[in-house]
Amino acid sequence: MSPKTMFQKIWDSHLVHKEPGQPAILYIDLHLIHEVTTPQAFEGLRISKRSVRRPDLTVATIDHNVPTTNRFLPILDPIAKQQIETLRSNCKEFNIELYDIHHPRQGIVHVIAPELGFTQPGMTIVCGDSHTSTHGAFGSFALGIGTSEVEHVLATQTLRQYKPKTMRINVAGDLKFGITAKDLILYIINQIGVNGGTGYVIEYSGNVISNLSMENRMTICNMSIEAGARAGMIAPDRITFDYLKNKPQAPKENIFELKVKEWEKIKTDEGASFDKEVNIDASSIEPMVTWGTNPGMVISINEQIPDPNSFPTINEQKSVSKALKYMGLNPGASLKNLPVDRVFIGSCTNSRIEDLRNAAKIIINRQVNDKVKAMVVPGSTEVKKQAESEGLDLIFKNAGFDWREAGCSMCLGMNPDILKPGERCASTSNRNFEGRQGKEGRTHLLSPEMAAASAIAGHLVDIRNW
Amino acid sequence: MDSFKKHTGSVTPLYQINIDTDQIIPKQFLKRIERTGFGEFLFNDWRFDSAGKPIKDFILNNPKYKKSSILATGKNFGSGSSREHAAWALHDYGFKCILAPSFADIFYNNCFKIGLLPIQINEHQMEKIVVCSEKDPNYQLTIDLDCQTITENKSGEKILFEIDPFMKNCLINGLDEIGLTLQHREKIRKFEESR
Repeated sequence: MSPKTMFQKIWDSHLVHKEPGQPAILYIDLHLIHEVTTPQAFEGLRISKRSVRRPDLTVATIDHNVPTTNRFLPILDPIAKQQIETLRSNCKEFNIELYDIHHPRQGIVHVIAPELGFTQPGMTIVCGDSHTSTHGAFGSFALGIGTSEVEHVLATQTLRQYKPKTMRINVAGDLKFGITAKDLILYIINQIGVNGGTGYVIEYSGNVISNLSMENRMTICNMSIEAGARAGMIAPDRITFDYLKNKPQAPKENIFELKVKEWEKIKTDEGASFDKEVNIDASSIEPMVTWGTNPGMVISINEQIPDPNSFPTINEQKSVSKALKYMGLNPGASLKNLPVDRVFIGSCTNSRIEDLRNAAKIIINRQVNDKVKAMVVPGSTEVKKQAESEGLDLIFKNAGFDWREAGCSMCLGMNPDILKPGERCASTSNRNFEGRQGKEGRTHLLSPEMAAASAIAGHLVDIRNW
Repeated sequence: MDSFKKHTGSVTPLYQINIDTDQIIPKQFLKRIERTGFGEFLFNDWRFDSAGKPIKDFILNNPKYKKSSILATGKNFGSGSSREHAAWALHDYGFKCILAPSFADIFYNNCFKIGLLPIQINEHQMEKIVVCSEKDPNYQLTIDLDCQTITENKSGEKILFEIDPFMKNCLINGLDEIGLTLQHREKIRKFEESR
């Protein structure tokens, strides 16, 4: 038998039907849903008199719209409230388990599914959310889909897909002191481009990747979509299995060990070929900060902001000029010492317990700069609880950070957490698009450590000098 | 789903690269539970200032392009969020077809599900269409999905384009993809049994 990639193995084992000239019908093991991209899908089911084929493989939470302040106050935005109520009634009508606002395991869909043990190696996972790529960190094929596809999965428990191409990104060398998974993925996006992954599933491999914790692997896979990739994947190994063990939804005891034996076989076979191979030397990576309006517009903290004229095509030059104007920055300037108004630590990219621990280490016994408003939004109610049991909440609160309830919050500003026009934010989230965190807001993406240090200093800093 | 067979219309040139779905439909409009009515919010933050007044030099506010139904844009159109609301907004606004040198994957798939035709053409072909439509707001193209051609109405010049045969068939006949998949119900059941 010829050697196979991890992706190929998962693809083959989930093929329900294929015929020439048509996308394959792929079985879906886990369908995650949330309030924003599902109301129209459920309505579609009702109109066509269809039901949910496998409510037992469907899991719902409320994350995008929820206020992160006091959960016992009513939701003021009537449209957000209606959307939340709609998910509640749809889950009830179709018998789907909902991790509702007051559920002790509520949180960002891409944080709770792994921490509850729903996300497992070898699975196919979909969600009406582009950051579903996060779950690939467990060696699953996980991808974001649109609302029509959500309806398709609800009705059939399958998805129609053409087989994507495969890309392996091999990360060798060492991450130097102060350099995180966030810096690595921002560097990779810069190297391959914001559409470099379009049409591909990326497998990240190499010693740097296999030494990363699950939290860090999730940060990497999460941002695969920012390079346009269909999905990101990392081979499951002992670190994966240890993370999963004893999680509420993970297989129990003897079955767990049997499962591990199966999961060990998922990794890419020796000699399997990829459509594209990319090599990254981690040793040269420095702390990364975005300067523009997409995640590929990123430099190290010590580099100069590029000159639009240094880009090859007129369209790129125009795009860079527009981004610099929007960001209020000049070519040739450095990002170091650039004052920030807001700091946001949160999002499905960087709101897990390890992220909060790392940020807390930076700010312990220090004070947030007078001119900065800083907030921490844990990825889940469980992360919040864990952080509180470790006293991290006190470190943040004593420093002057707002300590919030779990949700997507200012990553996309669907709830009341938004930037004011012109405000500059150091953010651990995943997108620095125009207006993403609030109309005319200016976002700089960076690691939790860099964000925390910026809150104290009042400006962007090089964490290595902290 | 709306079908798409043949369409003649004028072109709005918005030739920027990497236009993401946050620009196409900003997040404040994602809270609605309907599928319709998103057109008025299309490119909201580029179209309107903070007071809600139209921004004059944005192309969608130019009355000469009001009747246009084809959007000509730059590479990697529709990147970012999976929100199908982006495709709904473009369609609801009146666009029937999007021309670009490349599209982001999720957005591209979303378009087909709702009867909006995304066509990939090369940069050279794109530039010509952009230049012509910038010069003449009444520059007309006819898109024939069955023949896979874009015809310049004035000159009769044709561009051939590639499209996946399955997606093409679904679009021409307005087929319900869920219905097609459910024809394989028995296979899905057997697959579930076998695990």
